[in-house]
Amino acid sequence: MNGIPIEHGILLAAILFSLGFVGVLTRRNIIFVLMSLEIMLNAAGLAFVVASARWQQADGQIMFLMILTLAAAEVAVGLSLIIQFYKRYQSLDMDQLSKLGG
Amino acid sequence: MTVLLFYVAAAVAIVATLLTITRTNVAHALLYLVVSLLSVAVIFYMLGAPLAGALEVIVYAGAIMVLFVFVIMMLNAGKSTEDQEKAWLASTSWRGPALLCTILLAEMLTLLSDGISGHVSTQVSAKEVGILLYGPYLLAVELASMLLLAGLIGAYHLGREDKPDEVPKS
Repeated sequence: MNGIPIEHGILLAAILFSLGFVGVLTRRNIIFVLMSLEIMLNAAGLAFVVASARWQQADGQIMFLMILTLAAAEVAVGLSLIIQFYKRYQSLDMDQLSKLGG
Repeated sequence: MTVLLFYVAAAVAIVATLLTITRTNVAHALLYLVVSLLSVAVIFYMLGAPLAGALEVIVYAGAIMVLFVFVIMMLNAGKSTEDQEKAWLASTSWRGPALLCTILLAEMLTLLSDGISGHVSTQVSAKEVGILLYGPYLLAVELASMLLLAGLIGAYHLGREDKPDEVPKS
């Protein structure tokens, strides 16, 4: 661990995750929401790597690789959805996507 | 020493993330997001996970952020683009990220000048990760490839140009 306490590493991951969560809840621009999702995924990966360093096992880093793959696939689909959304509504405001709300 | 550097990098990560979710300009937020990801990469390195740190820089701060930049550039192609370009060259837009990046650079130089093995020991080497990844976790690798293929097809399908008569009027 190089002297870094595991609690503080996990705490940092929790803070970053909360910041991303607040971003998802408060921002209405769909690009900001996607960026906040990236922050949350990254914080989850950070928690896995901290645990991996604490027990000196490689499993945590493998989970981080999986999260990385997930984030890459998610951002590709998400950004193409944003492009379609912008083409149809000429806007990036998420509140315009309220047709399912009835 | 490493512990102190960890707290500095953690503070940089939190400040950059906080600034990311409070910006109004997407491009500025993106700059801060890259700084946040870079500081997390520094933390990975200090935790003794150099492979994760390198992948964080290459895939997150590199590839994924480039995708974001592409989309922002595509959506910004309007008449106001020229004013925006002018505004981006003003130092106010990149002063903050540059300052935070300088802190990270100072940390990296400190670590390098003291000798890497002095403060940061590689706890989990890339070799261990690779052996485990292609041994017990082989099925997960196959599933990840399926996921990436699905992402590729989905992005291609969603991002294609619609024929004019196919676009539903909203």
